[in-house]
Amino acid sequence: MLIALLADIHGNREALTACLADAQRAGADRYVFLGDLVGYGADPVWVVDRVAEMVEAGAVAVLGNHDAAVLSPSETMNDAANRAIAWTRTRLKDAHRSFLAQLPLTAEEGDQLYVHASASAPDTWIYVLGPREAFQSFRATRQRLTFCGHTHFPALFNESALTLPQHHVPADGKPIPLLGQRRWLAVLGAVGQPRDNNPAACYGLFDDARNRLTYVRVPYDAELAARKIRKAGLPDFLASRLTMGI
Amino acid sequence: MAKAQLTVGMTIDGFRLDERIHRGGMADIWRVSRNDIDFPTVMKVPLLDFEGDISLIVGFEVEQMIMAELKGPHVPRWVANGDFAVQPHIVMEHITGPTLLKSLGQILPIDAIVSIGAEVAAALSDLHQQDVLHLDLKPANIIFRPSGAAALIDFGLSRHKHLPDLLEEQFHRPVGTTEYMAPEQLFRVRSDKRSDIYALGAILYQFATGRLPFGVPARMRKVRRRIWRDPIPPRALRPDIPPGLQEIILKCLEPLPDARYAHADDLMFDLRHPDLVVLTERAERIQQSDFRTTLARRLRAAMTMREIVASATRSPPRAPIILVAVSLRPGLDEVRHALLDASASVLANMPGARLACVSVMPTSLIAIDENVDAAGDNIHVQRLVELRKWARPLQLPRGKITYHLLESRNVAGAILDFARSNKVNHIIIGASTTGGASAKVSARITAEAPCTVTVVRAANETDRPDEVQLTAPGGNQILSP
Repeated sequence: MLIALLADIHGNREALTACLADAQRAGADRYVFLGDLVGYGADPVWVVDRVAEMVEAGAVAVLGNHDAAVLSPSETMNDAANRAIAWTRTRLKDAHRSFLAQLPLTAEEGDQLYVHASASAPDTWIYVLGPREAFQSFRATRQRLTFCGHTHFPALFNESALTLPQHHVPADGKPIPLLGQRRWLAVLGAVGQPRDNNPAACYGLFDDARNRLTYVRVPYDAELAARKIRKAGLPDFLASRLTMGI
Repeated sequence: MAKAQLTVGMTIDGFRLDERIHRGGMADIWRVSRNDIDFPTVMKVPLLDFEGDISLIVGFEVEQMIMAELKGPHVPRWVANGDFAVQPHIVMEHITGPTLLKSLGQILPIDAIVSIGAEVAAALSDLHQQDVLHLDLKPANIIFRPSGAAALIDFGLSRHKHLPDLLEEQFHRPVGTTEYMAPEQLFRVRSDKRSDIYALGAILYQFATGRLPFGVPARMRKVRRRIWRDPIPPRALRPDIPPGLQEIILKCLEPLPDARYAHADDLMFDLRHPDLVVLTERAERIQQSDFRTTLARRLRAAMTMREIVASATRSPPRAPIILVAVSLRPGLDEVRHALLDASASVLANMPGARLACVSVMPTSLIAIDENVDAAGDNIHVQRLVELRKWARPLQLPRGKITYHLLESRNVAGAILDFARSNKVNHIIIGASTTGGASAKVSARITAEAPCTVTVVRAANETDRPDEVQLTAPGGNQILSP
């Protein structure tokens, strides 16, 4: 089975459309959404509708911190994020809110754990940025493979018996064998707001039969997504960062 | 991780164990078969146990990861990996030829050393092209196929640029075979393809002289001597070694990666044309550096180590090779002039490039003369002189230009062969002025070349474009190695 893994869409319709089309061309037969469907971007309604439709058809989705923030005003975030959340709230209808409200924090399937942030405390949204956070996450799950998002930086960690997990920065389109005797934690990059100096949308393709994970970069119309953000009156830097990938 | 005893007739993951053909210190090799596989296969089974060195386990994981990614004639074809939870193994194509280990202890003829070196350099080049560094190159890890191509085996210490390096994090001491290990590997640098070139230099030294350039050091302190102590020049041990071969070997064994060949293709080129090697002081050496020089190097060894590590982390790109095909037939002065202009402009756009001036002589030209040898030689020399005269206006320094006379009735075929076997990046040829046979030559070269081709027309043919740029399939790959 070829599983498409999509994290941090953040209301970016253009990026999601491009990634879904790419995954379909690659022959993906299962879709997993790793949280943060909304926030920052100008198309939260379209994105939630599309994902809800796919979940209806069998896709998996877990809750992200921005999705949670839309539901409860108590979440603390930076100012731009808060403004985007407040704006997103005015757009979403009850149906969207109830879809987000029923999303689980984690989902398990075979060897895999799906979670938005670290498995160590899924509802406190810890960023898995380095070996120490990865180590904590590995300790919290018995699953062999953890797939998460949240950091917007693609990364792959493997558990080691002797040292802290090793941090590998994956290259675009190069399949990585996730050796069966090891445990792995894959942080997928962001579909809708990449921050690693590469503006192309990032998602993952996991072939569970051959045990190979590929990080895929998909160029998309970031200019259009940025224009929509400006038009919605959201903070300008949320628009410009899309075209720069920062 | 103790596993059940393996015996003949057992089946593992669908593979029947037919015969144990090798019992090594770290792994057994079994000849295996499976109905749906129509080529001979072997299964490598690691001897893993918790008492043993964990590096063996990680090394086997690395090998499983990397072998599955490799392709082409210079590695065994990978078939399957066995799960560690059941029975770890790797099934791969059985290459029946001998490893170079069989030839160890012998002093080989010069021709054999040069041709082994060129084949192994070609294999390294292919491996490096696939973003993999071997990092444990030694005679036991090189097998020759019946076709004569070298295949590399044992990737337990290798590094794939785009896969997690399981060894780097796990170990805080250098891994590898010290006899062939490059100085930067002593400092755990695992990212420089010139480390493999160093190892190949050590192998060539061994086959040329019957001894290892730095002996078999027992302790790490002894291993470090190679940073400041130069090996005994091969010609001091064996006077019939040509200066060109000594130059090649000692260049591979330079402590500073920047002073070695930048790319396996460059090494391969020199080994295929040993008489064209640009000789330096290295070629003339007849003894090791004297006591004072060695002492001075010893005293600044710490600084040299830092230079080595710094040099190893900035691998330069390979110097591209431009082939210009020059027809020396009379009456083609204008085409030759246009070729000269085109060469100058391509060189200007490819900094560091080397120009290979190639002329093809039909073999019949030589054969018609009564005194074949003497006359043949004369024509040969005469053509070389003409070729050099043609290139003189370019004013290229030695080392940036080489001259090659190819003897063949098949002009296009000879040029294409040369381009392929020397990994040429760009071919410049003259367009036909007369049509007929020579038009077929340029057409065939543009169609089949492994790189970009520039077809040049003489300036006075006004109704046609001066220059046509064509890119052959696969050209991109070679232009951006």
